[in-house]
Amino acid sequence: MAEERRQKHCSVVLPTESMKAMAESVGVGQLQEDSCVALSEEVSYRIKEIAQDALKFMHHGKRRKLTTSDIDNALKLKNVEPLYGFQSQEFIPFRFASGGGRELHFYEEKEVDLSDIINTPLPRVPLDVSLKATKEQQKVESTEPLKVVKPGQEEEGTIQGKGQGTTTPDGKGKEKGLIRLKPRSTHELSVEQQLYYKEITEACVGSCEAKRAEALQSIATDPGLYQMLPRFSTFISEGVRVNVVQNNLALLIYLMRMVKALMDNPTLYLEKYLHELIPAVVTCIVSKQLCLRPDVDNHWALRDFAARLMAQSCKTFSTTTNNIQSRITKTFTKSWLDDKTQWTTRYGCIAGLAELGPDVIKTLIIPRLAIEGARIKAVMEGPVISNIDKIGAEHVQSLLLKHCASVIAKLRSPPDNVEQYRTEYGYLGPMLCSHVMKARTQAALQAQQVNRTTLTITQPRPTLSVSQSGLSGSSGPRTPSIIKVPSSLTLMSPRPGTPSQPSPPATKYIVMATSAGAASTQQVITLSSSQSASPVTSTVPSATSTLQPLVKLEPGSGPGLTASRPLQKYIVVSLPSSASSSLETKSSVLPTSISSSSLDGGMKLERSESPGASTQSPH
Amino acid sequence: DTSLAKQKTDIKTEPSTDGFGNNNANDGRVLSASPGSGSSTGSNKQTAAVTPEDQQTLLAVLQFLKKNKLIESVEILRREAGLPENSLDPKATESAGAGSGGAAAVAEDQPDVRVVLSAYSQQGDPTLYEVYYSDLKKFIETVLDCHRAELSQVFYPLFVHMYLELVYNNHESEAKAFFEKFSGDQECYYEEDLRVLSGLTKKEHMRGNETLLDFRTSKFVLRISRDSYQLLKRHLQERQNNQIWNIIQEHLYIDIFDGMPRSKSQIDAMSGSLAGEAKREANKTKVYYGLLKEPEIELPLDDEDEEAENEEGKPKKKKPKKDSMGSKSKKQDPNAPSQNRIPLPELKDSDKLDKIMYMKEATKRIRLGSDNLPSVCFYTFLNAYQGLTAVDFTDDSSLIAGGFADSTVRVWSVTPKKLRKVKSAADLNLIDKESDDVLERIMDEKTASESKIMYGHSGPVYGISFSPDRNYLLSSSEDGTVRLWSLLTFTCLVAYKGHNYPVWDTQFSPYGYYFVSGGHDRVARLWATDHYQPLRIFSGHLADITCTRFHPNSNYVATGSSDRTIRVWDVLSGNCVRIFTGHKGPIHSLAFSPNGKFLASGATDGRVLLWDIGHGLMMGELKGHTDTIYSLRFSRDGEILASGSMDNTVRLWDVMKAFDDLETDDFTAATGHIHLQDNSQELLLGTYTTKSTPVIHLHFTRRNLLLAAGAFNP
Repeated sequence: MAEERRQKHCSVVLPTESMKAMAESVGVGQLQEDSCVALSEEVSYRIKEIAQDALKFMHHGKRRKLTTSDIDNALKLKNVEPLYGFQSQEFIPFRFASGGGRELHFYEEKEVDLSDIINTPLPRVPLDVSLKATKEQQKVESTEPLKVVKPGQEEEGTIQGKGQGTTTPDGKGKEKGLIRLKPRSTHELSVEQQLYYKEITEACVGSCEAKRAEALQSIATDPGLYQMLPRFSTFISEGVRVNVVQNNLALLIYLMRMVKALMDNPTLYLEKYLHELIPAVVTCIVSKQLCLRPDVDNHWALRDFAARLMAQSCKTFSTTTNNIQSRITKTFTKSWLDDKTQWTTRYGCIAGLAELGPDVIKTLIIPRLAIEGARIKAVMEGPVISNIDKIGAEHVQSLLLKHCASVIAKLRSPPDNVEQYRTEYGYLGPMLCSHVMKARTQAALQAQQVNRTTLTITQPRPTLSVSQSGLSGSSGPRTPSIIKVPSSLTLMSPRPGTPSQPSPPATKYIVMATSAGAASTQQVITLSSSQSASPVTSTVPSATSTLQPLVKLEPGSGPGLTASRPLQKYIVVSLPSSASSSLETKSSVLPTSISSSSLDGGMKLERSESPGASTQSPH
Repeated sequence: DTSLAKQKTDIKTEPSTDGFGNNNANDGRVLSASPGSGSSTGSNKQTAAVTPEDQQTLLAVLQFLKKNKLIESVEILRREAGLPENSLDPKATESAGAGSGGAAAVAEDQPDVRVVLSAYSQQGDPTLYEVYYSDLKKFIETVLDCHRAELSQVFYPLFVHMYLELVYNNHESEAKAFFEKFSGDQECYYEEDLRVLSGLTKKEHMRGNETLLDFRTSKFVLRISRDSYQLLKRHLQERQNNQIWNIIQEHLYIDIFDGMPRSKSQIDAMSGSLAGEAKREANKTKVYYGLLKEPEIELPLDDEDEEAENEEGKPKKKKPKKDSMGSKSKKQDPNAPSQNRIPLPELKDSDKLDKIMYMKEATKRIRLGSDNLPSVCFYTFLNAYQGLTAVDFTDDSSLIAGGFADSTVRVWSVTPKKLRKVKSAADLNLIDKESDDVLERIMDEKTASESKIMYGHSGPVYGISFSPDRNYLLSSSEDGTVRLWSLLTFTCLVAYKGHNYPVWDTQFSPYGYYFVSGGHDRVARLWATDHYQPLRIFSGHLADITCTRFHPNSNYVATGSSDRTIRVWDVLSGNCVRIFTGHKGPIHSLAFSPNGKFLASGATDGRVLLWDIGHGLMMGELKGHTDTIYSLRFSRDGEILASGSMDNTVRLWDVMKAFDDLETDDFTAATGHIHLQDNSQELLLGTYTTKSTPVIHLHFTRRNLLLAAGAFNP
């Protein structure tokens, strides 16, 4: 205590240099050292005296901050003319300058053009003093109206209770804090809306896939859901939070599909809820563990799907003010660059970045291919540490190959030299090389096919799928969505039609597929109910064509029944012969995956769009 | 020797007491005791055969004698000193005439009797000061424990005087060394003063410093038991330590009492003021703290019934009223002053109506207690830009007034009734003066608004007070004036000039008509609204008067000061009747209990002290606030004390318990040596925190709802 005080009391005296500088400023050139000392002591004392009086004014002004007006008033007490022009509220307008071995503080006096002042628009008039009464009642009556507790707002009631929590133990009902909390305003939902909300959320996470499909359909299309949007958003974010902890992969997938559906709905504006949705989506992309058995479960698909959602929301919502894309990119890059990041998260980060487009791949992923390759090599060829790591590395590898190949194909010009690739991309080089080559050929193919493969359907679509799908009792129109694959697949299975249905007029399907080469192959399929003959498929192969378009046509149960079958679905797969093998594998994969877990349908569909197989399913 | 010194000080205080007996006539002379306004003495160019210094002394003494009308002594002294006849007379009389008009110019070298008195006559060897002091220190550290605390009190005044003596005699470096060495030993509550001292290193500095001048002229008062005093005296005489002995003789007043030496905590409770404790005899005067008899008011019949039903709910005002109604000759409170001790204004019809309203409201009053706390309503001033400096409520809580740093005074109506001005003179002529609602008709409906602004001051408004009848408003400002505003026309009626320095506080008497003001010039003034000059000047504080309060019976005024003392003054005689010491910082708020018995005070140290006015005793200490307490208020029944502070809290204290718990016996009553319990936490009933609004005013409505006010400070 004594030590402290001594510190405070050490009498500070202005340096004599200051005296000299001040003397010069008023025109006294040569000031003797003795005079300086005497002056500085005197001045220091007077300044302290003034500061002391100024404190008095501060106290009486009921303030904690000493202001320049306090100093002015203190000077007035001493019968000294106050310093004019120091009215600044924020700071004292001294400027500092040093030079010639001296340090000076000066007050900058600018020349002010009067016309400038006259011409500048007047500042806003400061608000006038006003009175506001806040009341603290001793007896807190429970006048709060009873409210329907909505999901995500269960905490509402506890805010009021907190005031009571801090009361003294004797329970006299003293509340600390004079300012009462205003209850948050809530949008009330009508009973119907509450019912709808309940149904939809239950269906979305329930076990019945059919109901879910319907519910998602509803979310994606129904107008007028905006009132429930905050609830949905909270539902999703809370759901992800809980299910990530419990490693419930299925539920996470359901929730992501909800996000997708919400984003698909053109009547909803998600901007206000991105703060809840984006963390949920990103969690599903990069979480270390999303399922109970990482070695078996296909959580990679979820990561891919969520990454695509993320990319889509970046595209839709990123603005210069919220900077979603750059923030997300930064987040992904940061955790990817971390050496300790696990393979699962690594995969998620790369997927997330890759989905953001070729530019991102070019600038962020390709430069790191060599490093990443070395890491993969260490796992693949090194001593087996854990199976999970190995699986992770494999997935990362295929992901990198998949995404980088097409970009590199555009970046580099052929020929592709394996050795060159190896030197440039390291371990992944050779594989990349082959992928790039594949991509090139395919790109060439696609370039020719583009816009040529047209499908003209002259038949009303809806009835077609309804009667044929048999998947569910769902009614109503169904736009192509995540469930389109299962439904279209079922169409392929031969199934007896309903004879009672009226015969549609003759339909003509024209499937045009162009194989390599200039000549085109036209297939004209004519379907007529009046004819008992089997559908005529007339293929006009081009003479120069080496690649035969592969047309699969499922004509139903039998030619005899065609007439009674009102609707028909055709799947036309046109592939170069060289790639036919890949089609085979693809088509073998698809049905099984659907049968194994139909809930993954959404993602499966997305995967089926991967390059290498083009499946068109006309409805 | 002591007696002589004592006599000197007695003389010294005389002018103030003298000045009040015959108020206006003597004002001018009294004024000369206030800073910056001493009457000039004219030429100092005498050619007498005395040294200039002696001559100054002579002149000062002559002037002092003259001031006190000791004409013969003046003559004798002048003849003996061989001073010319006219050396003093012409200008002195002149200034006496001019003095009543205002302040006379201050001559730099004018001899003032105080300066002479405060001179340090002796000049010891400056190098020995440290030795003397440490010798005494060693001695006190080795005495018996029971005496040590008492004798330690000597340290601070000795330290200050020795330091000043060194400075006075131009031993600058020794003074610095002395300060460095021993300033750390002093009690922490003297820190502020030590900071001032540390800056003072030259004799010239002492000249302009009024506070120091007061410190030197008035004696530092110590209370020491006889045994301890003997011990000290013997030691100093043995050691031939004349330097210290002289200081004790000349500059200290040791109040010796018989009995047990006091403990450290007892001493700490009472010390802390600029000039030591109060002398015992200073608090011996009888104070009539009882309430005045309420005037007899004929209540309408239906109201009377109501009254009878609610006998329980009307504790305070009921009794005197019943007295007046039941037996008119019944004796009043023995402690109350006689009804006409101070002439009070006659009750007007409107006052009677208000009294009736008051009684009606009082029947609906909630009885507060530790288990029944008041509701608090906070009035927040928004957009005040740190400029709200004073707030007041009317007694019926219908209006709020705010004083602002931008010199404005604003009044708000907090009831649906809007504020209206009286019509212009021309319009008033058109009014039918015989009509029943003439009072309503004179108001101009077009001017109705929720708030009114009044311009007139030229500096921050630090004090504000409504008159009890709500027709007037007082405001005191940095510009040295107190202004009286009409709340009918919302214009300024009078500017009372007298304080030439900032006026920190002002308050109307509870009966109206009189008001008190106090400010930087260290005097409090009592005014009547129809006199432009003060009726009384209360002088004696050693530093700024920071707050002023009227006693509920209007016969006394309490003032709090930056010298960390509270003084209670008798309005009739102008004498100081109580001095309360114990605060360790400038006092910023005072409150009398409704029964007039107790006084509460709050200071920058964040402590509230409770005082018994009748006995002049400290009754309790309420610790809890962490910053300056700007507002104190007793509930209408006096059960609860509310305190509002800069630390953004309102706290409620169970003062009944504090008064009941204190054990007082004859000894403590006689000596004033109270042993305080540290029970603040038990007494604290509630703490109410604002977000960021310092509480600068508190008010209990007639029904005991607590109103608080402050400016939001983002």
